[in-house]
Amino acid sequence: MAKTVLPFGPQHPVLPEPLHLTLAIEDEIVKEAIPKLGYVHRGLEKLAEIRDHNQMIYIVERVCGICSCMHALCYCQGIEALMGLEVPERARYLRTIWSEMHRIHSHLLWLGLFADAFGFESLFMQFWRIRERVMDLQEETAGNRVILSVNQVGGVRRDITAESAQWILETLKLAEKELLQLKSTILDDTTVKLRTVGKGVLTKEKAYELGAAGPTLRASGVAQDMRQTGYAAYSELDFAPIVETDGDCYARTVVRFKEALQAIDLIRQCFAKIPQGELSVKPKGLPTGEVVSRVEQPRGEVLYYLRGSGKKFLERVRIRTPTFANIPPLLDMLPGCDLADVPVLILTIDPCISCTER
Amino acid sequence: MFMTKTILKNLLTKYATRLYPFQKREPFKHSKGELKIVMEKCILCGVCQMRCPSQCISVDKQAKTWKVDPFACVYCGVCVDACPVKCLYQESLYRTPLAEKDMVVHVQQPKEAAEPAAT
Repeated sequence: MAKTVLPFGPQHPVLPEPLHLTLAIEDEIVKEAIPKLGYVHRGLEKLAEIRDHNQMIYIVERVCGICSCMHALCYCQGIEALMGLEVPERARYLRTIWSEMHRIHSHLLWLGLFADAFGFESLFMQFWRIRERVMDLQEETAGNRVILSVNQVGGVRRDITAESAQWILETLKLAEKELLQLKSTILDDTTVKLRTVGKGVLTKEKAYELGAAGPTLRASGVAQDMRQTGYAAYSELDFAPIVETDGDCYARTVVRFKEALQAIDLIRQCFAKIPQGELSVKPKGLPTGEVVSRVEQPRGEVLYYLRGSGKKFLERVRIRTPTFANIPPLLDMLPGCDLADVPVLILTIDPCISCTER
Repeated sequence: MFMTKTILKNLLTKYATRLYPFQKREPFKHSKGELKIVMEKCILCGVCQMRCPSQCISVDKQAKTWKVDPFACVYCGVCVDACPVKCLYQESLYRTPLAEKDMVVHVQQPKEAAEPAAT
């Protein structure tokens, strides 16, 4: 059959957000994919001109509806570097705890959506039920379910009491148990494997060359994780990135599943080590100079470039989000795959379009 | 055989979901919900208006009014932390949905009547 051009998205059942791909197909085999972005551009970086650097925390949190806490963390770390602030130890641990809670809920959301992408709807419900436990933890400790608003320049705004800590650990134990019950279903099931094993292979060299980030990169065998740089309290925790070598959809699923379990372990380690003390230091002066701040989000590395000139308003805020880095690898994976596998392949990079377009 | 255990378990356990309008979950104690003000304590300094990232609060010193647009409020709680006299607080529940947009306006009653009585 001659080459046919097929539009995929921006409205597609598998995509929660608008991403358009123009697919050139031949006999249901994808030959070429051209992306088109820009449906949800909101101009959040531009807002830095009319909102001061403290208000910007709550704006950058709204860049992403899933990993909001890490956006604020990354931004605050940048501003703290510009001001030369030393964050109290307890605040660093609390930031880590909330970040890891975000990682669990993001990965569970993805595992659910992924199951839904190949039509396994009951598994989708199971994962989201476990996720709800983590959402409750976030609501009780931070006040909101997703957009936590706990970070501020110099530390955190809320504390976790010993009583809450106990409750968190108990709930996480339950969540871990439920998650392990689903392990054989998502990782060993034949039908799931038929849709994932060997699909959308990204080799180690290609992943590195195309600049993949996060689980997409680690599933291809590159042990790179921003948490290795030891921001917040990660330098004091026992942490090693989870790596798989196959580089296919299955490997990416395994990485995310294991990372959710690892996040539970990291929260336990945090509560075992967390010291008493101040929650925040009072910032002095205004941000001057330029800085690059990097944080590992559930989807990969996020990069903030901040430039201040000693005024209340920052001169420039530039955000590079992990999905932006993962689109070139996606375009490399698509040619050669079946049309029916396109939704699964798109989901394995865990696309967050509102992050990408800001 | 593999399924029997699961089926029996599902028949004997409770629903995973709540029968919502009849059965409601207690709100979490520390949840950040609707923004409220104790107008008697307010000094109309305008710090909340300055700090609010979504600019949903407007304070008028002359008219002695404190207004909030509840539809623009993002429930971050910055105003509550910033208030010097701690007259702002957040309920642990969200506002119920409404069919029409409106502003919440609070007018401070003149204090002259109350002050002589106190002194």
